[in-house]
Amino acid sequence: MDDPGAKVDQEVAADLSGFRDDLLRFAVMQLRDRSLAEDVVQDAMVAALEGKDGFAGQSSLKTWVFSILRHKIIDLLRRRGREIRFTDLAMEGVELDDAIDTLFADNQRWTPEARPGAWESPEETLSQQQFWVVFRACLDHLPENTARIFMMREFLDMEVAEIGERTGISAGNCHVVLYRARMKLRVCLEREWFTTEEKR
Amino acid sequence: MMTCKHVTRLLSEARDRPLILSERMGLGIHLFMCSGCRHCGDQMDLLRAACRHAGGGEGEKTHLTL
Repeated sequence: MDDPGAKVDQEVAADLSGFRDDLLRFAVMQLRDRSLAEDVVQDAMVAALEGKDGFAGQSSLKTWVFSILRHKIIDLLRRRGREIRFTDLAMEGVELDDAIDTLFADNQRWTPEARPGAWESPEETLSQQQFWVVFRACLDHLPENTARIFMMREFLDMEVAEIGERTGISAGNCHVVLYRARMKLRVCLEREWFTTEEKR
Repeated sequence: MMTCKHVTRLLSEARDRPLILSERMGLGIHLFMCSGCRHCGDQMDLLRAACRHAGGGEGEKTHLTL
């Protein structure tokens, strides 16, 4: 006997497992713990399947399961408590600031070598597999505590005020940390991806 | 006239909070004249788009209003 409900379940499950690698990569980046990440991705996929009526249509399935995963990761980070080590964050800052200083001349304008160039269009860039390899490598090069703050903002979509409540860092400090992370990432991408593109 | 270094700070903060009028004006004037800082802002947009994309999001939203 065909059970239409079971068939839909199977289809949704198949779609979901297609996203599993993306989900896992996302969770590993946030949690930096493979087995914890696997658990939370499993939970999110089950929750997505159980609540499959909660999303409208195939196009948003991926967005929807990611938002479930995001909430589960935020919960996990909260329960794990104090995830930011302030002295380490400050030490990371010294090094990142030194690197930023080298981009600017004494008059605080770009040095000729550091002046940012034009990148190709986002659509074109994001559609290239190799870009993601470089992007992840650059993310991995961010110091740990700085990366956590950056990811809360850009991957978990938390506002600065919310990050402050979660971690205890001030809004001013949060802005500085996000600035350092963005500058480090864009220098890394410019060096590892966009420059080699030009040379090809 | 704002320096490039100061402008890069504002470019980053503009993605996390609304800038006040004087900041927006200073930034706008600087960007009009400085391609390096314009590219820097574009690059920060791409970073955000890449993060949203990796997080399964649809499209990107920014707080940047100039």
